[in-house]
Amino acid sequence: MFNLSVFLQGFPLLFKAALATVGISLAGLLIGFFVAVAVCAARLSDDKAMRALGGAYVFFFRGVPLLVQLLLVYYLLPFVGINVPPLVAAISTCALCSAAYVAEILRGGFLGIPHGQIEAARLLGLSRLDVLQRIQVPLAFRLTLPALGNEMVLLLKASSLVSVVGVAELTRTSQNIAASTYRPLEAYLAAALIYFVINGALSLAAHYAERRLRTA
Amino acid sequence: MTSFDPGVITHNLPDIGHGMLITLGTWAAGVSIGLLLGFVIAVIQLFSGNGMRGLLRIYIELFRGTPFLIQLFLLYYGGPNFGLTLEPMTAGVLGLGLYGSAYFAEVFRAGFQSVPRGHLEAAECLGLSRWQTVVRIQLPQMLVIIVPALTNLIIVLSKETAVLSIVTVPELTFVLTGIGTESFAFVETLLVLCVCYLALVELTSRVGMWAERRLSRFAVR
Repeated sequence: MFNLSVFLQGFPLLFKAALATVGISLAGLLIGFFVAVAVCAARLSDDKAMRALGGAYVFFFRGVPLLVQLLLVYYLLPFVGINVPPLVAAISTCALCSAAYVAEILRGGFLGIPHGQIEAARLLGLSRLDVLQRIQVPLAFRLTLPALGNEMVLLLKASSLVSVVGVAELTRTSQNIAASTYRPLEAYLAAALIYFVINGALSLAAHYAERRLRTA
Repeated sequence: MTSFDPGVITHNLPDIGHGMLITLGTWAAGVSIGLLLGFVIAVIQLFSGNGMRGLLRIYIELFRGTPFLIQLFLLYYGGPNFGLTLEPMTAGVLGLGLYGSAYFAEVFRAGFQSVPRGHLEAAECLGLSRWQTVVRIQLPQMLVIIVPALTNLIIVLSKETAVLSIVTVPELTFVLTGIGTESFAFVETLLVLCVCYLALVELTSRVGMWAERRLSRFAVR
């Protein structure tokens, strides 16, 4: 039934692959955050065209499954003459997709700031930029932290899909182990365990950051 | 590079329609299983002691803490190891349902908790039993509150059905990528794929908003 030694033997390889998974997710999250800031700024801008553009971005990337986005980047870009290595396709797709969600989280954060805070700051003589830097950004960050932590966990799980384009991350490596040992149950259970532990650590870190910020 | 050829789509229209039907079917079945199981879990959590609640907590965290793809692999490829051999479609629907149930359970739990304490106390004072309180006080109120969260989850699950293509369920993504690799018409097939999912998601979100509007008049502040 359950072969413990196959289960345990997979771990050294899987640990290495887990680093790739974490790397892809973190890179995607980080790059995605910058894209998200731009998209969020577009959606909150006074310019109608910019708002529409930001809206279209969010509509597309939240409305199409990540797997399909991955296929788009992987199959379509070579078609127009841009060859992307699987790893680049993986990271950029994760970034573009999470950017849509993070942009909406940030927008919610900025809209959630009580207007009185901004008015008070303006009355105290702070410039527009100062208000943004010292009032809006810190408040929005505190408001959005739980949702951002949640997004981090979702992205880590979603990164399992990049195995489809052959990136040797955690899921792909567990597939390889399953194929070479003929023990899929053990291989995938080991991978599931590692995902679970990483996600648990991420959730704890997010909770800790939330608590620290609340007292700050 | 060849020019845009809509013929690839029109020639394969019956196949694409069939894939769409499978997508809709697995989605509906998965959501139904998820809703039902999630609701049962949430109700058991309300009525059970610490031990049972802890077990259900572990179930929820396990399914929420691991990727859907890995869960699907465990069910479909790992199943035979403990005597559970499933068709791709069955594994897909069951996997979707189990995955969804953990999230639905959390939505229902939050819904139950969102009913103001005063209402529960009032019900108790009026002599309603615990069960009556759940059915007549908590349930109607929470169903109004959780509609947006439920819509959101149902949309998430509609997109997760694309993952079933990896275990060869002949749904929309599977059919269209198949046509794409056969004919090298990636642009056409992927375009149609995007449009289908966008339409599905947009339609669901509109239905959700409509339900939210209809139900909001029952909301108690």
